[in-house]
Amino acid sequence: MAELSYRDAVSRGIAQEMRRDPNLVFLGEDVAAAGGVFKTTVGLLDEFGPIRVRDTPISEQAILGAAAGAAMTGVPVIAEIMFSDFLAVCFDLVANEIAKLRYMTDGQVSLPIVIRTANGAGSRFGAQHSQSVENWCMMIPGLKVVAPSTPEDVIGLMAASVRDPDPVVFFEHKSLMATKATIPDGEIVDELGKARTLRAGTDITIVALALMVPRAMAAADRLAEQGISAEVIDLRTLVPLDTRTILHSVERTGRLATVEENPRLCGWGAEIASLVAHEAFWNLDAPIVRITTPHIPLPAANNLEDATIPSVDKIVDTIVSEWA
Amino acid sequence: MSPEPRQILAPDGTRHGESSLEIPAIRRLYQAMLSARVFDRKASAMQRQGRLATYSPFEGQEACQIGSAAALSPQDWVVGSYRDGGAMWLHGYTWRNLLLGRTGDERGGRTPDGVRVLPPSITVGGHMIHAVGLGWGERLQGSDGVALTLFGDGATSEGDFHEAMNFAAVFETPTVFFCQNNGWAISMPTERQTRSETIAHKAVAYGMEGVRVDGNDLLAVYEAATAAVAKARRGDGPTLIEAITFRVGPHTTADDPGRYRSEGIVAEWRERDPLERVRRYLVAQDAWDEAWQREIEEAESRAIEDIVADAEALPAFTPREIFDGMYAEPTAQLREQRAEAERG
Ligand SMILES: Cc1ncc(C[n+]2csc(CCOP(=O)(O)OP(=O)(O)O)c2C)c(N)n1
Repeated sequence: MAELSYRDAVSRGIAQEMRRDPNLVFLGEDVAAAGGVFKTTVGLLDEFGPIRVRDTPISEQAILGAAAGAAMTGVPVIAEIMFSDFLAVCFDLVANEIAKLRYMTDGQVSLPIVIRTANGAGSRFGAQHSQSVENWCMMIPGLKVVAPSTPEDVIGLMAASVRDPDPVVFFEHKSLMATKATIPDGEIVDELGKARTLRAGTDITIVALALMVPRAMAAADRLAEQGISAEVIDLRTLVPLDTRTILHSVERTGRLATVEENPRLCGWGAEIASLVAHEAFWNLDAPIVRITTPHIPLPAANNLEDATIPSVDKIVDTIVSEWA
Repeated sequence: MSPEPRQILAPDGTRHGESSLEIPAIRRLYQAMLSARVFDRKASAMQRQGRLATYSPFEGQEACQIGSAAALSPQDWVVGSYRDGGAMWLHGYTWRNLLLGRTGDERGGRTPDGVRVLPPSITVGGHMIHAVGLGWGERLQGSDGVALTLFGDGATSEGDFHEAMNFAAVFETPTVFFCQNNGWAISMPTERQTRSETIAHKAVAYGMEGVRVDGNDLLAVYEAATAAVAKARRGDGPTLIEAITFRVGPHTTADDPGRYRSEGIVAEWRERDPLERVRRYLVAQDAWDEAWQREIEEAESRAIEDIVADAEALPAFTPREIFDGMYAEPTAQLREQRAEAERG
């Protein structure tokens, strides 16, 4: 057992897989000598050397293009895009190439690629460096989408992502980097497409992802004080989506709230709301509530960023106000 | 193209080439470099005090920034990166703009009327293409305005650079591409960024003139930029200037350069300081004295403190302003979300 931060869990997760599979390579900007701008890849260059752990020129398209090419020759690749906002810089590779090549070759090629990227707000980096863009990837057929909220999940889901034969976009949350947990020794391997019920409750199901998970948990404590028993589900992966866990929960609680950091329009919660409205309509006792960032670019100022992304207060107040 | 960068002022301050600048003009530009350095150091200090978000210092690159922007006229544009505050300021973006930007206040991005400077680009590369469009737009409007874009060596690895260079050459836009090759892109040394012998060489592939200058030489930078701007204004198309310089500070206040480079190389470049070089030249011309230097430093320091006090006293930017900044008219849905945000 060891106490490990989310940040250190990233390098442990990558190292675990690089030890297991000597073919696995890792590339990105400032990932080797500098150990990553978020220090998530410290130590990997020392252990695995410059051929497997590679600093690249500032060329996001080439990073993903090279990953795609290498993957098609059978080399599994972890590629880092420093900030998730920069997925937009190489979106052709993400949306049109990596996501579609298996399909377009009639299943002949596999793209075992993990695109790791730092996502989300809390660091005051503003409109072009703080976005939550998991929904950009969720809407593209052919990609899997993972967003862990704990150090242990970082390792286990990293392993599952690396071992998956298809491309996975792996979102690491900047504001969770410093969070710590006690982690078992040895190999940790999880499964994609499995949500986790973190707290059982009977009155409402709260579905959350990444940074919104600890906030939803804190909100559930506060709701309990007001006599509302909330069940909290950490989705962990958006694709594949664990619809069973969500539907089973709503069947019992009769209410659903999603807590999303992405902006409102076409945020991932809209998909879940639509699913529940269709599959569990007759179980619902109340309208579905979506708690999201408004449909605005993220401000960088402390007060405004705090006011913009869903806070514990915001979650509690929204749910309570809908209760009446 | 000669790979040897053009130089007019040697590091010891001796002049060995022609400059179109007279002593009073050199004094003015020296003063501007000094102001920029005072600002830059103050901004780093404020960041350490927690009063600014992450800051990217440009110390060591003042000759590049002041020398290039000094070649412009008011109808021209400056499009720079997060490290180009000096050039932006000389062209009319204010220190207040820059400071507000670093406190996360979007009012920092609103330039004084008539000032043609875009907010600093923090996504590496995209802004170079803006400079192509700005130059093209000026042409379409019948103006002789020129767009100067500043960027680093690392930015030349982005597809954006290649598309911008090619487009500018094909459209013959009045664009000046000014690359500050400062040795590093965060932890990546230039020689691992590109295998081109020089960055200026890349111009050849696009059918564009490429020029190399000593980026720590104010006079050489000024001459190269002036020639490129004049050419662009005449309608003779874009130029790529590669200025050889060095980032003596960290990449940003969040960076620890000790992880990837030695102190020795930094000390070497401090010896080639762009301000000291001009100062030595001015001393030899009897055009510098200590009292003048101190006066500038103190005046600039006070001015910047006033700006800081003023910026910190501004009423906070409100959520309402974020919503209102998005479209000319907020959509009905946004109006609802704005009302919700205002309720808290
Ligand atoms: C599209 C994109 N990729 C990566 C980054 C992260 N990043 C910020 S600055 C930087 C280095 C840029 O180096 P260079 O262009 O040489 O300019 P310098 O910082 O040296 O002035 C990197 C990789 C970014 N901001 N945008």
